[in-house]
Amino acid sequence: MNYILECNNLSKVYSGFLALDRLNLKIPSGRIIGLLGPNGSGKSTLIKLINGLLTATEGDILFDSQPLGIHSREHISYLPDRMYLPEWMKIHEVFTYFDDFYKDFNKEKALYMLKDLGIDENKRLKTLSKGTKEKVQLILVMSRNAKLYLLDEPIAGVDPAARDYILKTIISNYNPDASLIISTHLISDIETVLDDVLFLQNGKITLSATVDQIREEKQKSVDQLFREVFKC
Amino acid sequence: MAWELSDDRPIYLQLMEHIQGDILSGVYPLGGKLPSVRDLAACASVNPNTMQKALSELERSGLLYSQRTSGRFVTEDEQLIQSLQASIAEKEIAEFLKKMERFGLKKEDIIKLIR
Repeated sequence: MNYILECNNLSKVYSGFLALDRLNLKIPSGRIIGLLGPNGSGKSTLIKLINGLLTATEGDILFDSQPLGIHSREHISYLPDRMYLPEWMKIHEVFTYFDDFYKDFNKEKALYMLKDLGIDENKRLKTLSKGTKEKVQLILVMSRNAKLYLLDEPIAGVDPAARDYILKTIISNYNPDASLIISTHLISDIETVLDDVLFLQNGKITLSATVDQIREEKQKSVDQLFREVFKC
Repeated sequence: MAWELSDDRPIYLQLMEHIQGDILSGVYPLGGKLPSVRDLAACASVNPNTMQKALSELERSGLLYSQRTSGRFVTEDEQLIQSLQASIAEKEIAEFLKKMERFGLKKEDIIKLIR
């Protein structure tokens, strides 16, 4: 089996707080994976480590069988959980910027999706609503032909209709050799799109299964199971 | 429109039932070609691997067959369709009768009401 991503004994400590606790993870190509867990369970920390934005306290990460570096930066498409683009830029300027920056960026595809969602490419980012900004960022990320997509809370701020469009776009656009990791709280919205589910709790993976395994064994949806496991 | 999927059962089983329904009701005619996995998955708003599994299971049951280069087709076996319809009807009627019994209706009463 070829894995696009492997995490071995991965730990991250923030000044005494153990955010990830000797986590092991293997992700094959061609899967859509839901990274699910309550607030503070380590989802964003894990995603940032894979992305090279944080360094691990212990353990290692292999992307495409290589340590993180130029190769991983080139082939991982990351959607952060906050806005990081300069607000004064117009949308078409951001597209040009991405086109310059990433070899695998498909500008035609991005423009096409922008039109589908009815967003004007001449608008400046700072004039956009929160949801529209998120849509633009997601378009940028999904218009790359990457090997691994890391989406940190991608649909939280968008309306349900756009959510459907985005999920459809993910299904019909993503390369079958690529994998996609989505961290989210909106489980019921994305459940049918996922292959596998990972439950993260206190920096450890407590459940790893396919959506249909969960439904078959527990006769309940992933959303219902999550509510039970993480009941407050 | 995404397909109606319930929460408590595996998704691939529900996809199988949906497609089977479309075949029995003639949405996909005998010998007709099925849309691609990707198109069906997008249409149903489900994961393409899950759709693939549903289609493979339907192939195993004989309702679909695939031709390596040209795609997936509905069976041309009319008898298979008819026997499937009969077995579904039998199951549904048994369930219906059980429900009616729960409300105190006898078989003769039900037949009269249906007429």
